[in-house]
Amino acid sequence: MRTTLTGIVAGLLASSMLVSAASAETLRWARQSDALTLDPHSQNQGVTHTFNHHIYETLLDRDVEGALQPRLATDWYVKEGDDTVWVFELREGVTFHGGEEFTAEDVVFSIERAKSENSNMRQLHADVASVTAVDDYTVEFQMNGPSPLYPNNVTNTFIMDKGWSEEHDLQSVQDFGAGEENYSVRNTNGTGPYVLTERDPDVRSVLNVNENWWGEAPAVTEIIYTPIADNATRVAALLSGEVDLVQDVPVQDIERLAGTAGVKVETGPENRTIYFGYAMDDEPLISSNITDENPFANPLVREAMNIVVDRDAIRQVVMRGQSIPTCVNMPPFVSGWTEELDACPPVDVERARELMAEAGYADGFSVTLDTPNDRYVNDEAISQAVVGMLGQIGIDVTLASRPVAQHSPLILNNETDFYLLGWGVPTFDSAYIFNDLVHTKTDDYGTYNIGLYSNPELDAKIVSLGTMTDLEARDQVVAEIWEQVQEDHVFLTVHVQMLAYAMRDDMTLAVHPENQPNMTTITFE
Amino acid sequence: MSEIVPLARKSRFARIIDSDIFYSYRRSPVAILASIVAAILILAAVLAPWISPYDPFNPRTLNLMDGFTKPMSESFAGNFFVMGADNQGRDVLSTILHGSRVSLFVGLSATLFAMTLGVGLGLVAGFRGGLTDAVIMRIADVQLSFPAILIALLIFGVARGLIPPSQQENTALMVLILAIGLSNWAQFARTVRGATMVERQKDYVSAARIMGVNPVLILIKHILPNVVGPVLVIATIGLALAIIEEATLSYLGVGVPPTQPSLGTLIRIGQQYLFSGEWWILFFPAMTLILLALSVNLLGDWLRDALNPKLR
Amino acid sequence: MLAFIIKRLGQSVLVMLVVALISFIMFRYVGDPVASLVSQEATMADQAQLRERLGLNDPVHEQFFRFLGNAVQGQFGISYRLQTPVSELILSRLPATLELAFTSVVIALTLGILLGVFTALNPKSWASAGIMAFSLVGVSLPTFLIGIGLIYIFAVELQWLPSFGRGQVVSLGGWWRTGFLTESGLRSIILPAITLSLFQMTLIMRLVRAEMMEVLRQDYIKFARARGLSKRAINFGHALKNTLVPVITITGLQLGSVIAFAIITETVFQWPGVGSLFVNSVAVVDVPVMAAYLMFIAFVFVVINLIVDILYYIVDPRLRVGGSARGT
Repeated sequence: MRTTLTGIVAGLLASSMLVSAASAETLRWARQSDALTLDPHSQNQGVTHTFNHHIYETLLDRDVEGALQPRLATDWYVKEGDDTVWVFELREGVTFHGGEEFTAEDVVFSIERAKSENSNMRQLHADVASVTAVDDYTVEFQMNGPSPLYPNNVTNTFIMDKGWSEEHDLQSVQDFGAGEENYSVRNTNGTGPYVLTERDPDVRSVLNVNENWWGEAPAVTEIIYTPIADNATRVAALLSGEVDLVQDVPVQDIERLAGTAGVKVETGPENRTIYFGYAMDDEPLISSNITDENPFANPLVREAMNIVVDRDAIRQVVMRGQSIPTCVNMPPFVSGWTEELDACPPVDVERARELMAEAGYADGFSVTLDTPNDRYVNDEAISQAVVGMLGQIGIDVTLASRPVAQHSPLILNNETDFYLLGWGVPTFDSAYIFNDLVHTKTDDYGTYNIGLYSNPELDAKIVSLGTMTDLEARDQVVAEIWEQVQEDHVFLTVHVQMLAYAMRDDMTLAVHPENQPNMTTITFE
Repeated sequence: MSEIVPLARKSRFARIIDSDIFYSYRRSPVAILASIVAAILILAAVLAPWISPYDPFNPRTLNLMDGFTKPMSESFAGNFFVMGADNQGRDVLSTILHGSRVSLFVGLSATLFAMTLGVGLGLVAGFRGGLTDAVIMRIADVQLSFPAILIALLIFGVARGLIPPSQQENTALMVLILAIGLSNWAQFARTVRGATMVERQKDYVSAARIMGVNPVLILIKHILPNVVGPVLVIATIGLALAIIEEATLSYLGVGVPPTQPSLGTLIRIGQQYLFSGEWWILFFPAMTLILLALSVNLLGDWLRDALNPKLR
Repeated sequence: MLAFIIKRLGQSVLVMLVVALISFIMFRYVGDPVASLVSQEATMADQAQLRERLGLNDPVHEQFFRFLGNAVQGQFGISYRLQTPVSELILSRLPATLELAFTSVVIALTLGILLGVFTALNPKSWASAGIMAFSLVGVSLPTFLIGIGLIYIFAVELQWLPSFGRGQVVSLGGWWRTGFLTESGLRSIILPAITLSLFQMTLIMRLVRAEMMEVLRQDYIKFARARGLSKRAINFGHALKNTLVPVITITGLQLGSVIAFAIITETVFQWPGVGSLFVNSVAVVDVPVMAAYLMFIAFVFVVINLIVDILYYIVDPRLRVGGSARGT
């Protein structure tokens, strides 16, 4: 118990432990890695958010279908007469773990902190010009322009107590360059359903139920969270009954776990697509035997690749059925998704060979494929399977497999010809995909447009989406953009990956599309 | 020992070959068995392209739907796999044959590299003494204190940083050999240095020096033959270590790419299927690795005893 | 004496400098911490800004000297991944690794000496040949396979022992947390300790066997036999006693490498020590932690070596002439 908590929290905690001892239901929860930090605004990363959602709360969050639902805000709407202002009405009678009352001042403070220089959440609030407290329970967000979809961006921005934060100098977020530890990295004071009682990073964290929480008392009263990095060890821990819930289950172990007495597995699609990208500019490829032009720049080659990749075989063998094959780079949760876009042309190796010949590559060409091997479900095996499929039309692919820590720099520095990437869509809106993947690469847009696809006409449409308030017209533009993207084969999309949670069979927990399950939703038989 | 020095001109090596060694070999069933197993495995690896039933790296014959075919059964595409198929539909037997080839190539090259470097540095350190000796042996000390695997990881990392990403796959094998080789030279250097220091004090070396014989010549003609025995022992055991080290590096995901797998890569892939019932993907490569490392180790062990007259 | 110690100290400092340089170079080039620190949404401008703040744009030698200057004061900065001071992180993980290393050294010493003596005394027996062959199987198996195999048998199939972690720990005087005082702690250490000890055990067994066979050939043993001393007295009173000095020295020297060797064992068993901290840090290019870990291992090694050298110097006057001549 290295964790130093304030006296107030410790006192509260002692009393809550006494009470919960009566009907204690402890959940031992294991997953691959630990939350990076407890500072709510320092990292925009799924594992960290999932853990922090149990201690801190956001204005809004998503249910298991992906729909927005109220949390600390009870209502939200565009201000009448001014479409550049969002109004959030706040929940009354909520207190922080330290006993402080939750008010509009806390929201103003937290959003400003999330917008501050070292925050990793600032991009999501880039369009917020200012936040003001109208009264204790109403907050107005003045946007830079009309922002019809802004509420989608607040689902992972946690609210801290202003007084507590100022007392501990938490106005700014951890600065790695300064080399000093921020108090909030290991100490918490949220409004959430659980209170942190023990924290040993990478090893073990313990959460106990917050008796004063505004919501309905959860069935799980104590959470023991243990990260187990090794796949085999993690599965073994569940098989031997040492943990109750394993969140990151390797697909090949689902069958075995489902067949084990006392264990069950829940599966569901994640709001993330897995796709291959390629360099589409006119520069010759770095790793190819064709040195005077870029074969990928030819749309015929991209079309050939699209019809030679057997997504069903990948689903059946590599993913053990745990994927939804798709040919559009957008999960079904996202607005703008249609069945027509999603549908794949039949696999046709002969036609693909003809296309290659037509493009002038009857003898094929060579290229290196960069793939991560520890980031997405069976990422390396997917790439390996695609290497084999592309080999059938003469594309001789060398596979370069790396841990994600070495793969990401290649992507961010544009040092790759052909790569695998997964793309999550936290706003559940197509514009999020267009901004980063389709728009021409500039300082503010196209950060992950590694293939350097560029279409000025689309760029203009993409930018216009940000401020369109007529949702019907907006949907129309979104559809137009997708049509062009599909026609140009900007992505070689493979599938939407499935998530699997394995657990004791007397409990129920649904798979969350953003892989952020909330333990308050667990019920026991 | 020193009385027979004049005869050393007739080369110590010839004497090792003709007499005791073969006698000892014939008398040791373990050595005979180990050498047979090692020979079969090595031969199979060398001949892999000709004897393996399938070409696991030809995309045109590969069918993903063959994935996870059980041993001794017919696959989706009508192929027959004696040891089953792996997660990519490749024949496990064929991948093992090709994988052993990669493992052995890396192991042998790395050991040769380590031996050349270690013997050379050991000779120089022992012969020159002084500062040269201190510097070389301190570096050797540092290396010996770190597990070889950590050093190999370091070297691998540095090399990765220096080579542009687009060239990394073509150079992966070379880097691996370099990393394993550089992490194993110290043992050779230590042994050779010790022997050289002893030898250097002896009268015949002083005599040769006074007569103005080139020091390099003294090293090669007089001192080197004296250290062949121990070097051979370290090399054999080093080979087994190098093979395991390669496997561990590949297991950690920093070795050869999965499209040209070594035994370690095959084990890393197979390990994922430990709980799901596809045991053959892990079992056969693991057994091959163990057999290979064990037989080479046994040979080295026997060689050590055979070359050490005190133990006979 | 003083000159010798100063010379050795100088060499040790040099070694540390070299290790510092190597660890710095490696971490300067492996991966890119910025890529793992920024989020999916971060723009190019955000990334450039973070790079600047981390000092990654400064000239390389300036970064190195800054690194050295801080390292001397035990300052390795803040972990990029866990955002806590690195020195604190390593200190908090150290007890787990030391307890694991200690337990496995005890297992390795006990079994290694017993088996070594047995095989030396009965060199021709089948049991000895079996033990020797088995020990080679142990060395021929990669550590990760042994660990996974043990987990599969003892945790999953038989469910006798835990598969991961340290079990319940008890805090001793502030920062040292021990698993030795609880039942679950003791049960948890068995599998990883066995896995880690296997390699050292083989080493010690072979060393004991070789040394003992050598000693048994010495004249004084022959005299002792001639004098009619009991076999027991000869074997354990004289032979083993003379064998143990080099064995204990080597074991001491190996302690550093046991700690470093624990990396893979700790990863497989999710043992919360410095080794698994290192591996977790490598995965996300957490430069400060990796650099500190390497420096820490080098430091342990240098200190152990320095102590051994000085002890040897005191014990063995012959070494006063010619530098270090210890061999393994």
